[in-house]
Amino acid sequence: MSVPESAIGFELAPVRSTVEAGRLRFFAEAIGQDSAVYTDRSAAADAGYPDLPVPPTFLFGLKLDAPDPFRWLLDLGVDFRYVLHGTQKFTYHRMAFAGDELLLRSRIADVTQKKGGALEFIVLESEVTRGGDPVATLLETIIVRHPELEVAA
Amino acid sequence: MIALAEATVGTELPALEAPPISRTTLALFAGSSGDHNSIHLDIDVAKSAGLPDVFAQGMLSMAYLGRLLTDWVPQERIRSYEVRFSAITPVHGQPTCRGTVLAIDERDGETLATLELSVTLSDGTVTLSGHAVVAIA
Repeated sequence: MSVPESAIGFELAPVRSTVEAGRLRFFAEAIGQDSAVYTDRSAAADAGYPDLPVPPTFLFGLKLDAPDPFRWLLDLGVDFRYVLHGTQKFTYHRMAFAGDELLLRSRIADVTQKKGGALEFIVLESEVTRGGDPVATLLETIIVRHPELEVAA
Repeated sequence: MIALAEATVGTELPALEAPPISRTTLALFAGSSGDHNSIHLDIDVAKSAGLPDVFAQGMLSMAYLGRLLTDWVPQERIRSYEVRFSAITPVHGQPTCRGTVLAIDERDGETLATLELSVTLSDGTVTLSGHAVVAIA
């Protein structure tokens, strides 16, 4: 089953998420972050930040804070075992910090195919804002493999 | 550490060598990043998709590469950061992150360095390539 072009423009339910300091410390531990700026409030304050900063790639996970976050892909008929992350871009407008309430709005910007439909590319564009001010723009390409079509293609 | 003002085209950032990726790292990254896709955590799911084993989240490598950037510049100087994932990172793969100054331009009253970025495994496989734009003055 392939993702219809009519999916282009589909808007995901907005996600509101308050950034938790504990979650940022957990993320820092997972990626081996050794700079105290990302784990220690006083080090963050010394760097001029109001609280622990949200690191450059953390915002990718915001949409995963939604209830049933992969539902939109399942509704498009995507088998999640065959999903690959193709590209990821962040454009930064201002930094975010622990305690911030962020709003994420995402839409499907494009759907294309290659190799006779054996590979599908879904482009998702997301805007992250805080109190109406832009924080970051995310652009990601999700690749959906269709192994059953790979031999034929 | 290279002083930002001294960066020129061709300047290489100090490489960042991540430890070999363990299954524990995959679990911790899944929990903290919010990406609970079981293809990265559960070998039974990986096998059901015809794969020999789980593999690392692409965003884990992008996060390591993000550390390379923030080790070099305060984060508020990063204007954009983009990557293409070109190969999967297997369990026990050891990513090394590298960055080189590709260009320096004046734009909107800022001096911006465009960095060429890569993550490679010890066997030479390039798992990720990309660019970042950072303000250096």
